[in-house]
Amino acid sequence: MGKVMLEVKELTTKYITRFKEDVYAVDHVSLKVEEGKSLGIAGESGCGKSTLALSLMGYYFPPLYYTSGDIIIDGRNISGMEPDDIRKTILGREIAYIPQAAMNALNPTGKVINFIEDVVRAHDSKITKAEVYEMASERFNLLGLPPSTLERYPVELSGGMKQRTVIAISVILGPKVLIADEPSSALDVTSQKMVIRMLMDLMEKQVIKSMIFITHELPLLYNVTDDIMVMYAGQMVERGTAQQTVFDPLHPYSKGLMGSIIVPESGSRGVRLTAIPGTPPNLKKPPFGCRFAERCRYVTPECIVRQVEPVETSNNRMYRCIFSEEYLRKAYANE
Amino acid sequence: MKHMLQQVFHSPKFVVGFIIFMSILLLSVIYPIFVTGDPLVIIGKGTFFEPGIYVNVVDGIDSQLYSLSLPDVAEKRIALKLGATERADMKEWLVAFGIPEADIDTEDTEALLNIWNQNYDSKLRLPGMTNARKNYFARLDASIDNLLSTEGIIIASKDPSTGALTEEETIGQSQYINVNRTSNVKVLPLGTDNFGRDMVPELISAIGTSLKIGFIAGSIATLLGLVLGLVAGYVGGWVDDIILFVTNLFIVIPSFVLLILISYSIGQEQRGAVTVAVVIGFTSWVWTCRAVRSQVISLRNRDHVNLSKLSGHSTAHIIISDILPYVASYVVMAFILQISSGILSEAGLSILGLGPKTSDVATLGLMMNWAMIYSAHIMGKWWAYFPVIIAIALITFSMNLMNTGLDLVFNPTLRD
Amino acid sequence: MNDANKSCLKGVGLTKIFGLGKQRCLAVDHVDFDFKEGEIISIVGESGSGKTTLAKMLLGLISITEGDIYFEGVKRDISSQRKKKEYWKNIQAIFQDPYSSYNIFRKIDTVLLDCLVMRGQKDLPAEEKNRLITEACSFVNLKYEELTNKYPFELSGGQMQRLMIARVFLLKPRVLLADEPTSMIDACSRATILDMLMDLRRETGMTIVFITHDIGLAYYVSDSVYIMEHGKLIESGSADEVILNPKQAYTQRLINDVPKIHEEWDLSTVDAR
Repeated sequence: MGKVMLEVKELTTKYITRFKEDVYAVDHVSLKVEEGKSLGIAGESGCGKSTLALSLMGYYFPPLYYTSGDIIIDGRNISGMEPDDIRKTILGREIAYIPQAAMNALNPTGKVINFIEDVVRAHDSKITKAEVYEMASERFNLLGLPPSTLERYPVELSGGMKQRTVIAISVILGPKVLIADEPSSALDVTSQKMVIRMLMDLMEKQVIKSMIFITHELPLLYNVTDDIMVMYAGQMVERGTAQQTVFDPLHPYSKGLMGSIIVPESGSRGVRLTAIPGTPPNLKKPPFGCRFAERCRYVTPECIVRQVEPVETSNNRMYRCIFSEEYLRKAYANE
Repeated sequence: MKHMLQQVFHSPKFVVGFIIFMSILLLSVIYPIFVTGDPLVIIGKGTFFEPGIYVNVVDGIDSQLYSLSLPDVAEKRIALKLGATERADMKEWLVAFGIPEADIDTEDTEALLNIWNQNYDSKLRLPGMTNARKNYFARLDASIDNLLSTEGIIIASKDPSTGALTEEETIGQSQYINVNRTSNVKVLPLGTDNFGRDMVPELISAIGTSLKIGFIAGSIATLLGLVLGLVAGYVGGWVDDIILFVTNLFIVIPSFVLLILISYSIGQEQRGAVTVAVVIGFTSWVWTCRAVRSQVISLRNRDHVNLSKLSGHSTAHIIISDILPYVASYVVMAFILQISSGILSEAGLSILGLGPKTSDVATLGLMMNWAMIYSAHIMGKWWAYFPVIIAIALITFSMNLMNTGLDLVFNPTLRD
Repeated sequence: MNDANKSCLKGVGLTKIFGLGKQRCLAVDHVDFDFKEGEIISIVGESGSGKTTLAKMLLGLISITEGDIYFEGVKRDISSQRKKKEYWKNIQAIFQDPYSSYNIFRKIDTVLLDCLVMRGQKDLPAEEKNRLITEACSFVNLKYEELTNKYPFELSGGQMQRLMIARVFLLKPRVLLADEPTSMIDACSRATILDMLMDLRRETGMTIVFITHDIGLAYYVSDSVYIMEHGKLIESGSADEVILNPKQAYTQRLINDVPKIHEEWDLSTVDAR
């Protein structure tokens, strides 16, 4: 077992709306990422996966607020730190975050290198321009980006290129954990593949130590990450290796999610897709029992009245359902 | 819709602006109901009477007299007539006349008046003194005449045949009348203007007229801009080209210059308030038109418009039900700004003397114009122009505040 | 299904040029196709390939620069508003973004009522109208009673897209153009929408044209697939033919670059530079 790079214990964060209502978008989520490993987070829109990504940085700004729980990066607990300290010492060095529209972060009136200077200077004010340039071009070379990109303006770059540039910039200080929130969904397939390849390179060349990858595209997640965690209504409902989660899902929600995968492979035509009826619950007033109960086809009265705690299985998997592994597998096989 | 109104009235900026605007509007509507009569009637024979309470002198003498023994009567009387400026002026005259400066003590009222009475000669024109200055000293001399006298004022009646005066009554220094028991008292809170008209009803009627002008001009400009913008944006093609050409023409020619030219060519006699409003309206629709057009262009390719087309709706139906509601919030905001800019345009035109026909109605701009022509600002007659400025500022401020408030509601990106 | 080989929608040399002079942009470049009746067709392309422009030309929402469209063997004529209306009885669409497909100022049931007007059933008795709409709603698993007096923002994306299908169900056009109908909604609702569209085809024999960038989706739903690149149709054929045995390098790359789960996804094929 490798060194634990990121450990999150029972993290809970909430949004406070304009009408002063609390929305618990991340509810007691625990996870662990080891050195050299990547964790994927899957789920529908509105399940809290993007909020989790924001919460993991430890840097909260309205309307998102921290409630409870710990975030431990490489043995250092950052959950009690001042926002300003986090911005200066944690972000970029310990943990880096790439949002979906990261490519729009580049200032259109400046060259890429100016942006990098700003980023590096924010953490180290003494560094000279030449040093920054050298550092950046070295890093760009390593990641297979032409160093000439540094002298370009963002408008001269394609969408995929911009996205890769921003990723390269965000890891320039070599963070221990990289959180990538849908980094490739706005791109066409070829650019997507390039972005993914770059992320893989980052891991391989040890620029980053571990990665959390968030997407709703399951085939992509399966190919990118070692482990997959499925989220539903702010809670973790299943966690396991990518192989296990995709081909042998335990939780009925994961089962439904995996059943909706479409890939251009022989044999995928005419396979009936599973559809999950209904919509996710309103997180202003989450249901008391299992949050998936009202959409679940195996629901029992017990599911509604009992709070369901995550169950850990023998092979280091976890799922949040009152039924046993065997029962669920049998139920799925009988469909 | 209801929800939106609720949101609008939750915006503090809008509410403050709305309250200010509504109070001004209500004032201009309600005041004439209680105070009837022509607001432009000339009551003062003379220009720029100061704000104050005016008591009819005959009534004053005729009313019952009360004796009050108050200690500082004489002091107050001297203080009003012989202020620091008057004393300094007297000294200036005396020095120019040839009295050594050291002999003049401006603090000692009695000594000062003595020297003055001994030396002053109203016929004498000192070298370097203008005629106006000379007259001023004559007036000053008259006003301080008998200042220190403790005698009363004698009221005499004249015998119609002989012309002999018979003393009727003496009004002592310590006698008072009760203003409430005097039949003719006129309160002029803001004094009178250059024509001698009471400023208060005049100002309120001017606010009403200006609001009307703003409203008419704003309505015309908004309606014209909206219709042309909708048509140009949605129909496109050569229709758009023509409308855009006209719009650009109006933009290139500064609208104020256009306004001046049109106003001038209409001629003084034909320029009523409504005419001026219409002229302002027809020269200020361009920006609304351009803004609406560009919004419509981005809307016309939206899927809901396509869906409406696929549902077989006519072009008119699509413009009215699928495009108009989306630009409505913007148009409301533009309308508010158009009203306030209409009021400002009128003021600008009137100051230049190109406003509505003088002496027919009062508008805020005309009042400024009159005050300016009669140099109220040079003579320090603040009541003739300052309330007008405040009124214009309050109206435009309240409208801009309402506009900002609406902007915050309709443009979620601006919300904090 | 009707005669399988009967042509439903045919395009000959369809071309669309936007702009003039230097800003001239060839969006669709001499495209020929022949959609057979009752088929599900997918037009696959990346963003900027001109697939949406092609769809809008087929719908008659934008003019055609060059070329002709034949509907059921007859040259399309939409020169007047009346003829357009006639044409739109035969061809309908579902758009990509359910949130912008509705007029947010109108209640959603008006969308369905408009369909009855279009069908010429404006003067039907209220109960009959109600029955028809309820039937359409139940086809897409929605309850009409719950929809009345609601505004679009009160529905979820999936519900809105289903309502769009209900609309098509009411109008029963011969052709349905679905422009990325599932790209803005969740994977779980996606299956529902796709199933409903396939049911619609089964029940009405409608020709459905999918416009999509998702080659997996195209393979899953369609009988024949057209690949578009830079405004040109570069490959077409039955779904199995095109996806499992692509001839063009572009198609091969497109298929290669999509992540898969049973076959290996080879990252080394992309040149990082």
